[in-house]
Amino acid sequence: MSGADGTGIFATVDEVATRLAEVGYLASTAVATTVFLADRLGKPLLVEGPAGVGKTELAKAVAAVAGARLIRLQCYEGVDESRALYEWNHAKQLLRITAGREESWDEARSDIFSEEFLLPRPLLTAIRGNQPTVLLVDETDKADVEVEGLLLEVLSDFQVTVPELGTITAERRPFVVLTSNATRELSEALRRRCLFLHLDFPDAELEQRIVRLKVPGLDRALAESVVKVVGALRAMELRKLPSVAETIDWARTLLALGADTLDEAVVRDSLGVILKHQEDIRRAAEELTLS
Amino acid sequence: MTVTGGVPERLTSFVHALRGHGVRVGPGETLDAGAVVAVLGLEHRERLRAGLASALLRGEGQRAVFDATFDLYFPLRVGAPQGESSVAELRERLAEALAANDRAALAGLAAEAVQALGQFGNPPGSGGWSAAQTLDRLRPQTLLARVLAGQRQGRSVPEFTDRLEAEEIRRRIGAFRAQVGTEARRRAAELSGTDEIARRAVAPSVDRTDFLFANQAQLAELRRTVQPLARKLATRLAARRRRAARGQIDLRRTLRRSLSTGGVPLRPAYRRRRPQRPELVLLCDVSSSVAGFTDFTMLLVQALRDQFSKVRVFAFVNRTDEVTDGDLARATVTGHHPYSDYGTALGEFTERYLEAVTPRTAVLILGDARNNRRDPNLPALKLIADRARRVYWLNPEPPALWSTGDSAAAEYAGVVTMRPCRNARQLGQFIERLLPT
Repeated sequence: MSGADGTGIFATVDEVATRLAEVGYLASTAVATTVFLADRLGKPLLVEGPAGVGKTELAKAVAAVAGARLIRLQCYEGVDESRALYEWNHAKQLLRITAGREESWDEARSDIFSEEFLLPRPLLTAIRGNQPTVLLVDETDKADVEVEGLLLEVLSDFQVTVPELGTITAERRPFVVLTSNATRELSEALRRRCLFLHLDFPDAELEQRIVRLKVPGLDRALAESVVKVVGALRAMELRKLPSVAETIDWARTLLALGADTLDEAVVRDSLGVILKHQEDIRRAAEELTLS
Repeated sequence: MTVTGGVPERLTSFVHALRGHGVRVGPGETLDAGAVVAVLGLEHRERLRAGLASALLRGEGQRAVFDATFDLYFPLRVGAPQGESSVAELRERLAEALAANDRAALAGLAAEAVQALGQFGNPPGSGGWSAAQTLDRLRPQTLLARVLAGQRQGRSVPEFTDRLEAEEIRRRIGAFRAQVGTEARRRAAELSGTDEIARRAVAPSVDRTDFLFANQAQLAELRRTVQPLARKLATRLAARRRRAARGQIDLRRTLRRSLSTGGVPLRPAYRRRRPQRPELVLLCDVSSSVAGFTDFTMLLVQALRDQFSKVRVFAFVNRTDEVTDGDLARATVTGHHPYSDYGTALGEFTERYLEAVTPRTAVLILGDARNNRRDPNLPALKLIADRARRVYWLNPEPPALWSTGDSAAAEYAGVVTMRPCRNARQLGQFIERLLPT
């Protein structure tokens, strides 16, 4: 199986891990493997998982490694074709029509539907041009079902049809990352087009490495304790589980406070950095037996 | 890793086994999986696992099924492990591995333990390999105190994270127990064929777990699926509403809007329909035989509460009491005896709470209809059915058992619609249909 359809960024799984680490993204085996496969097989990568585990970061890191431009389509309820794909620049078209009052209708019509009046949106931008591209479709689950249909078309053939211009096919396939928080069930058809990666909170060993990478100067033992406490918090039934970003924030806070070990007082005073709801803080304090 | 038979054959039987457990894998995905194997090779097992999961799975819900099946078709090792250790030695080494969280050592120990302690039949091993027997003899859970003491040794002051350690060690022991299960299945598969074991011994994914046979851990897992399931149902509902809201043009508002464009109706306005939110009454058998099912349904309905205009929940064993506030512990649900009595319970409901049922109400009755051979009190059920908009009876037993023994299911099914509802998936589908449009 050659990488004919692939995006050709990486040669081996190990290379994925090393090069991502160089730009500050520490990947687990599962992440490195699926990124490699997505690259090699040229398939979009659907990344699902709780908030704050680094789904968006992954796309950014791949873009940094590949020296590619990152094009981001942020989805929201009501995002539509003209926001995702392209639209016509009506104002400019009107100007063009007023400027050329003498022309026949046929001349004007063929003219105002040319490249010049096209406003490319993320999906079209990602397909056009031949520089390396990472396309990030962020929070796909927030978009309506109709947009999924659009994505299906774009992601299976990497081409877009503009009726007035014809079909535009990607000269160079973008590396596509779709993220989802699973607030809505994505359609079966879209899932089938993608490789699936469930990105969960990193295991303790990986999270320690991440924290120490992001917060240099943090004592090894303290990093270990921080990750242990966060791990215990994630095992509790809280409204919002602490994300990796919050672990890092907490480590930074502790460093700023000059704490060199965790004790009851420090944890109690800084719990608000990791937990965002009053009732979560109360429950955590109870379960950690903080007086 | 040695793989008997060619890789394509192994891959297709793996895919078949997954399908047998309700993982929907199409031919396209099988091809993807083939490409994954071709690209990754068989050298790194965990990479292969991650790669195949990315090609074959479409959600995290079926991960446990996938992992267990993967371990069977792409086993960690083949045959019996080296070494013969006594129980004491094994426990000694297990304690060390647990303290160090040495995963490779733990996996090796699981294999050795099954080999040394898990065989049954005569001669040993001919009957198969039992995880339960292995764990009974090894008793890894009793190592907790010892591991903890070992970790604290040599430290002058206790540290804050010490209080988290017990939980952590317990998790490691739990993971080890699961590894022993995997290993016993692998050995059994070598004995009686992988396909056979994959079909029999891999636990179904949680949304297909039979309510009546779920154990404690599965029930806990089910409870954790309540929120995601409720969210899924609610978003599907929102999409349905959005679609239903479009379509009819509101002429008056369209004209009003057209004033700003010189009378040209550029932006048509649509008529929005008000969603009809039905009332819901749940009538639940909370006796121990169907407790898991009822408990899960109650949680799901509570989570969907804002989708209904009013939800009232009643629980019974042989007395009926309202538990809408969720406080089952304080409710009076049993009288003189602890057995289910649907007749008396329905009777009490019609006497005390019939006003909860109106022509807008959908009534859901949950239970196995096992009446312990008492009077089924059909008139009471008829009374409820006459007042309510719809009445559904959800029965966690398979229909084949409905009229056996002390079940009054057939009689009740003659009065109201009775449906089998055996797992979370079926319940989700049913509740979705019940939800307002």
